[in-house]
Amino acid sequence: MENLAAKYTHIPGWGIDADPKNDPTYPMKHRTDEEQKGYTWERPAQQPEDIEILRSIERPNVSAVFGTSVPPQGLSGQIRRFAFRYSESSYGHWLPLLVADRVNVVEGILDDFKRGHVPNIFAEKGMKADWKYNQKALVQTVVVGALITTAVVVLFRNRKNALS
Amino acid sequence: MLAMNYRGPRRVRIDQKPFPEIKHPEDAIVRVTRSCICGSDLHLYNGNVPDTRVGMTFGHEFVGVIEEIGPDVHNVKVGDNVLVPFNIACGKCAFCKQGLYGNCHESNTQATAVGGIFGYSHTAGGYDGGQAEYVRVPYANVGPTVIPPDMDPDDAVLLTDVLPTGYQAAEMGGIQPGDTVVIFGAGPVGIMAAKSAWLFGAGRVIVFDHVEYRLEFVRNYAQCEVYNFREVDDVVVFVKKLTDWLGADVCIDAVGAEAAGNAMQTITGRKTLLQAGSATALHWAINSVKKGGIVSIVGVYGPTDNLVPIGNVVNKGLTIRANQTSVKRLLPRLIDHIQQGRINPKAIITHRVPLEEVAEAYHIFSAKLDNCIKPVLIPPSARS
Repeated sequence: MENLAAKYTHIPGWGIDADPKNDPTYPMKHRTDEEQKGYTWERPAQQPEDIEILRSIERPNVSAVFGTSVPPQGLSGQIRRFAFRYSESSYGHWLPLLVADRVNVVEGILDDFKRGHVPNIFAEKGMKADWKYNQKALVQTVVVGALITTAVVVLFRNRKNALS
Repeated sequence: MLAMNYRGPRRVRIDQKPFPEIKHPEDAIVRVTRSCICGSDLHLYNGNVPDTRVGMTFGHEFVGVIEEIGPDVHNVKVGDNVLVPFNIACGKCAFCKQGLYGNCHESNTQATAVGGIFGYSHTAGGYDGGQAEYVRVPYANVGPTVIPPDMDPDDAVLLTDVLPTGYQAAEMGGIQPGDTVVIFGAGPVGIMAAKSAWLFGAGRVIVFDHVEYRLEFVRNYAQCEVYNFREVDDVVVFVKKLTDWLGADVCIDAVGAEAAGNAMQTITGRKTLLQAGSATALHWAINSVKKGGIVSIVGVYGPTDNLVPIGNVVNKGLTIRANQTSVKRLLPRLIDHIQQGRINPKAIITHRVPLEEVAEAYHIFSAKLDNCIKPVLIPPSARS
């Protein structure tokens, strides 16, 4: 504080009302004002960049460590690369990422088929638990679904017959 | 190895995946013995967090045994039983040095607003998580903490997120002796926030939710008042009436993006993703707290925007405090609370499920089946 005061002698009254106790970040932050020194900390060793990693444009570098789960690939990867042209403050960043996530779901199903695996959607949704703990609601859902499907099929057939 | 595999919204399965490798001199590989499903995992599970990639393994609450360490790891050794905070923190950046381990600047390349988190999308760094047999743990000198020999692993696993998050929610409330604290949400974090509020000297603790069995649990576990918000006309007016028409001293949002209770918020926040989650609990918190009061947020929201009455924050002179929990900072205090018998975290575990049944476990937790409060996944090696 004393050093800083010397730096701001040209501003009348600089820091005269400063109150160190007026700190809404306490006790989360043990205030040392480290960040006021900028990007000057001794960085940890850099993890080798052996996969493609998308970088937020709000930082100048790749973080010292990073996750290596599922690098960007396919159409979803292209969309993700596009999203990372924009800052975290922009819808141009987040909306394409949400779109990429949905595209990625279709890619995942195609990938399963390519590897000879037929995804069991019911098992993946944990429906066995519904059968065990929520049987009434599950039966209700299946019956309502079957009725709606039957109604749509019958309606479609009747319409087709009427047209022919 | 066996690992949970995300396939799309509300679709997960167990698969064989390659063993994790040491990628950095400060890495460790941990053999997982317990991993929880967290309420915030449901945001991923429901497809609400941008950049959640198909094939990822979730899980940021886990304990296990150190199997391998990198050449620069000195604080833990092979064979140690460790609990691993959900934050990935370097311990060297300006933020870690000030105790903000949830805000590390050297663990997430994809986003600057949040530090790295295990198994929590590429928006939180792209790390595979602990709902698996093995997991890579970066910065092993900083995060992993040896579990005291007398501590139950079920207590230890709840020290990785749930208990510290509930505790920090109360801590951020700046609770003064005698204060009335209202907590929105009776999930695991809300339950721990209610329990913790007493430790800070609250005079009255009130919890709102709409799931009866959870309200019943928190009433007994945390000796607090509980109300089902579906049974009151207007939550904010109800709180005002409960608090001599002035409002609560402290309100805590322990729900986040999946909140129920307001159709407009639900449609725009959860069904159509027009905002970053349903902000119903936060809306109620802002409007229920008294003038000059404090709103503490630990509920997780997405990275875009939310509809909240910010004008009322200004007009009422509120202080809003929020953060990802700094687990490492809180561990010494919370370990002491458990050892002294002040808190019994494992009491909230309702389901112990084999890792292989991860899909059922997610569905049970998400749909609140079988009176589920907290499910724990146990890999095969930890069962034998």
